[in-house]
Amino acid sequence: MSEHVVELTVNGQTHLAKVEGRKTLADLLREDCRLTGTHLGCEHGVCGACTVIVDGAAVRSCLMLAVQADGSEVTTIEGIAPGNGELSSVQQAFRECHGLQCGFCTPGFIVSIESFLDANPHPSQEEILENISGNLCRCTGYQGIIKAVSLAIELRDKAAAPPELVDDGGVVRGAV
Amino acid sequence: MSEHQAAGRYVGQSVRRREDLRLITGNGRYVEDVAWPGTLHVAFLRSPVARGKIAQLDVSAAQALDGVIAVYTGKDLNYEVKSWWQTMIGPDAPQPPRRLLAEDDVRWTGEALAMVIATSRYVAEDGVDLIDVDFDTEQAVLTERLGFDGVAADTENLVHPEWGSNVAASLPAGNPLMPESNPALEEIFASAAHVVTETFNQHRYICVPMESRGIIASWDPYREMLEIVAATQSAHEIRSAAGRMLGLNENKIHAVAEDVGGGFGQKMYPTAEELAVIVVTYKLSRPVRWIEDRNENLLAGGHARREDMKLTMATDSSGKILGVKAHHREDVGSFPLPSVGSNASLSAVLLPGPYDFNQYFFSGQAVFTNTNGKCAYRGPWMMESVAREQMVDVVAAEIGMDPLEFRRRNIIQPDQLPYTTATGLVYESVTPHDTLEQAAEMIGYDAFRIEQAAARENGRLLGIGLSMYIEASPGFGILGAEQVNVRVDYGGTVLASTGTGSHGQSVETTIAQVVAENLGVDFADVKLVQGDTATSPFGSGTGGSRTASVFGGAAKEAALLLKQKVLLVAAEMLEADPSDLEMDLGVVSVAGNPEAKVTLEQVAAMAYAGAMMLPEGMEPGLDVTFRIRAPLFMYSNATHAAIVEIDPASGAVKVLRYVVSEDCGNMINPMVVEGQIAGGVVQGIGGVFYENFVYDTDGNPLTTTFLDYLLPTASEVPIIEYGHVITPSPTPGGFKPMGEGGAICSPAALINAVRDALTPFGAKVNSQPLGPQQVVDLMEGN
Repeated sequence: MSEHVVELTVNGQTHLAKVEGRKTLADLLREDCRLTGTHLGCEHGVCGACTVIVDGAAVRSCLMLAVQADGSEVTTIEGIAPGNGELSSVQQAFRECHGLQCGFCTPGFIVSIESFLDANPHPSQEEILENISGNLCRCTGYQGIIKAVSLAIELRDKAAAPPELVDDGGVVRGAV
Repeated sequence: MSEHQAAGRYVGQSVRRREDLRLITGNGRYVEDVAWPGTLHVAFLRSPVARGKIAQLDVSAAQALDGVIAVYTGKDLNYEVKSWWQTMIGPDAPQPPRRLLAEDDVRWTGEALAMVIATSRYVAEDGVDLIDVDFDTEQAVLTERLGFDGVAADTENLVHPEWGSNVAASLPAGNPLMPESNPALEEIFASAAHVVTETFNQHRYICVPMESRGIIASWDPYREMLEIVAATQSAHEIRSAAGRMLGLNENKIHAVAEDVGGGFGQKMYPTAEELAVIVVTYKLSRPVRWIEDRNENLLAGGHARREDMKLTMATDSSGKILGVKAHHREDVGSFPLPSVGSNASLSAVLLPGPYDFNQYFFSGQAVFTNTNGKCAYRGPWMMESVAREQMVDVVAAEIGMDPLEFRRRNIIQPDQLPYTTATGLVYESVTPHDTLEQAAEMIGYDAFRIEQAAARENGRLLGIGLSMYIEASPGFGILGAEQVNVRVDYGGTVLASTGTGSHGQSVETTIAQVVAENLGVDFADVKLVQGDTATSPFGSGTGGSRTASVFGGAAKEAALLLKQKVLLVAAEMLEADPSDLEMDLGVVSVAGNPEAKVTLEQVAAMAYAGAMMLPEGMEPGLDVTFRIRAPLFMYSNATHAAIVEIDPASGAVKVLRYVVSEDCGNMINPMVVEGQIAGGVVQGIGGVFYENFVYDTDGNPLTTTFLDYLLPTASEVPIIEYGHVITPSPTPGGFKPMGEGGAICSPAALINAVRDALTPFGAKVNSQPLGPQQVVDLMEGN
């Protein structure tokens, strides 16, 4: 099978890879770039776990070929935080709101929600639900995820300085 | 003795999860992320027919493909299997005639019959496409075509000819603990004021972890070491299974579960494909990995829930339950796990649930079919609750009583504790009364009835459903003894280890909370390692809702033992009586003299390096192990209450409110408890309204993508409301099981709500799923 050279920028870094025409963007990111935070939950475009941002738009990297991303700028979960050792508003909110359990679907949710809130900073509750309905989670029953979106909006509004990347074991709520 | 542990510094607090930082930043390490140099990739050829002889199987073209290293069929691998059983069941339990790959015939659509090993998954799949295979297809044995009894009665067409029958298991036949009949119950049925019989069906719906199955394994013949990383709920179980299969000593196997992306039972026991990968690396002495894709996972990842239950319930004229008779039928598919896949014996014991009655009889039959085998799925025995809670509503309607009032009359009352059920279980600290009243109050039951009547006048279809259960976490056999090791290292920080297999349950956080609290150290100074056979004590993994109740109890005891030791060493250093010492946040001080103190780091230095100065007879070091002996069962309880609205035009059901009142004893981390409840409840919403794994009458699966097998999304779920009743268990820590309850109790609450909403239609709502079409059919009397 013929191979193609693909050059793309991932999380600000240039990557050059030689790929078969059939290789998906997801596999390129995971195998050639070794960015394994992008997860494959269905490989048919329904679950959203593989969502990445390509040239500003959230896409399912399982449905996009690597060659289609030639020349593109890609942001994956590894590049979603504003800086090294920091967390994005959505990452922070997922942690505060117990928006994840097993964590497998989480990168796709976080990338999708970041992209959604960039485009629509003050969505209605209906818009929020509609947006996150594009991703599947099997652990949380979506309860923490729905809360996390609201908190992320608040955090973005406050433009709160992202916290240090430390495990302080902090107690976030009182006893029930 | 119950110990009600008031919320402490850590236990009882919604401490943020340890697991999250890596998972939200894309730095988790799931099996698919593990990369070993030179790893080969696997793709399976799966049977496209449900039953038939393999007429032709030619792999030569695949073998010749560039990049293909090997192609194996059943005859190349199956002979390698020395022994195949599950630890929980033991070596003597019956098993279907297991095989790694189909050989001579195929027994379900999706059964793997050849395995291509190649340099990439892409090439491996190319190889699969080049295999020439043909079948002499035979009529599949299916409950979809023949019904449960029809399959059992078919003696000509057998799923497993070696087994001699399509009946996989039956009760009470052959079970010395169960009576063959109950004449006293039959007498009650002959004379009771009300005797109602009804059958409740459940459809096939399945675990669907977001991460499918997967394994990477590598045999190094020079080091004599088999390394395994797997998406598993129990690293020790896959190590044991690999050892049995290969005839290899377990001490030559190292199995690890890294981050695991959900399981819900499906990853409890190693499956044929995973074991085939282990055999192949043992043959090739090269790393081999198989990552299941979603199509495979839906088709072949273990099925569940296809069963029904016929109940007969008798009450006196006041509505008091006098006795219950149950007959349970299960479709366990072809190669179920564990053993023959039947859950009837647990259903039989647990069926009385929170109700007070003493005459009882249970029978059941499980049948093999030419479908994917049954696996454990979150509360595998849950048909007892699904059927019983619907029956309660049906009987209440029959005698003209509100289902809330009927439950009030029939549940076990606080003054009846300790209570022995008709099946011999002893409840000491359950609170069905409290959770029923709390749930009814939270959902505004009485006000809803008024609202509902008014809505009906306006053509709106509102319904309310209740469901109650007692969740029992098993503590017998291998599930009955779990160990936690806790040690303070030379630097004064704490390393705990245990045999759990967290796959989303937050165990790294919650067990560390228990250790920090009871040892008296900073939570930040406690780290838990688990899911690794080299660093964790032997344990059965995470399943059966036992992590908090059993492992948590062991963690508390181990931490308290270690604290005693710390205080003994510190007493030497402070020249004080150990009983005058207390440790808080890693500092030991003398009561009433806070100036006299030593840090845990200093105590550790003394314990490890100052052995000469320790009293005669004291073992140096700060390293404790405690293996707990769990009771046969540990119990929690809950009441669920749901309000639904049905669109009369489309039949679509919307869940407007969902309330859970539960008593899981002392909560280690309320945030985690609520997260577990929510996940379980939404799996019930999915199961009742959206999810349905369908086979046609030839055994062809029709729902092998997420476009056909519908999971609930955020748009389909209500905000779940929680009420907590806290009644500690009599076991260490006072923790009770709660991981499975959300999925056990929710289906009946939802079905009962639909039944209630459809009361004006006189519809008989005894079957699932309740998708729009089924609901329209019910409204139209079809």
